[in-house]
Amino acid sequence: MESKFYEKDKLLVLKVTSEIDDHSVQEIRRKADYEMERYMPKKVVFDFDSVTFMDSAGIGLVIGRYKFANMIGAKLGVSNLTGSVRRIFDMSGILKLIPTVELN
Amino acid sequence: MRQRKEGNMYNNEMKLEFISKSSNEAFARIAVAAFASQLDPTIEELADIKTAVSEAVTNSIIHGYDKKQGVVKISSWLKENEIIIEISDKGKGIENVEMAKEPLYTTKPNLERSGMGFTIMESFMDKMEVESVVGLGTKVTMSKVIKPKEDKDEDEFKMLMTNS
Repeated sequence: MESKFYEKDKLLVLKVTSEIDDHSVQEIRRKADYEMERYMPKKVVFDFDSVTFMDSAGIGLVIGRYKFANMIGAKLGVSNLTGSVRRIFDMSGILKLIPTVELN
Repeated sequence: MRQRKEGNMYNNEMKLEFISKSSNEAFARIAVAAFASQLDPTIEELADIKTAVSEAVTNSIIHGYDKKQGVVKISSWLKENEIIIEISDKGKGIENVEMAKEPLYTTKPNLERSGMGFTIMESFMDKMEVESVVGLGTKVTMSKVIKPKEDKDEDEFKMLMTNS
């Protein structure tokens, strides 16, 4: 996972660069929480542009980070949902709670 | 060109066994996808199969065997244009299969499990059946028809015609 913090907007972008399953999610979760605690952002965006595979572990990951973001007073969004990643997000219903945002 | 021998129930068959380590989840779905690719699926159909296999294997590892080590078995058959996949474990079994299949139901919310596994398997495959005996294990059987290429071309043609 690659992370980038934009000081001006207090925006933390977490770009997932691996497949997301129950195995890989443990490392992604650890890094995401670490970066969030380190920067204390106001906005956190998960970027799925480079994700070639995701199963339901991805939904658990996002729900968990959503709760964590709430705890530190940040808002969480997701970006670049395509193909089967998009279908799993749609099926989960969590997009009613978590907004999809455009990244430049 | 695929060859079909008269009288053979299946065109192809494979079996796979591995220990219940989460690092084998990727191995399992990639192996099944490679086998399924003989039916010439679309990228989307292949993603459906990979996701469904990943969910079933994860269930066996996380729920079936919990923290113990066991063996997960996968058998798969190609029959005409259909792939049949059976994923089984000798883990603790599911007490109430109907409840486990309910969307968002999970026995492990603290592990950030979404409870979507069976819902994904059901919607990404054509058929899904769960057999489970408490103390003996669980077997998930799923199947999916891969549309032959000619049909796909025809669908695409129809779509082009209606769009223009």
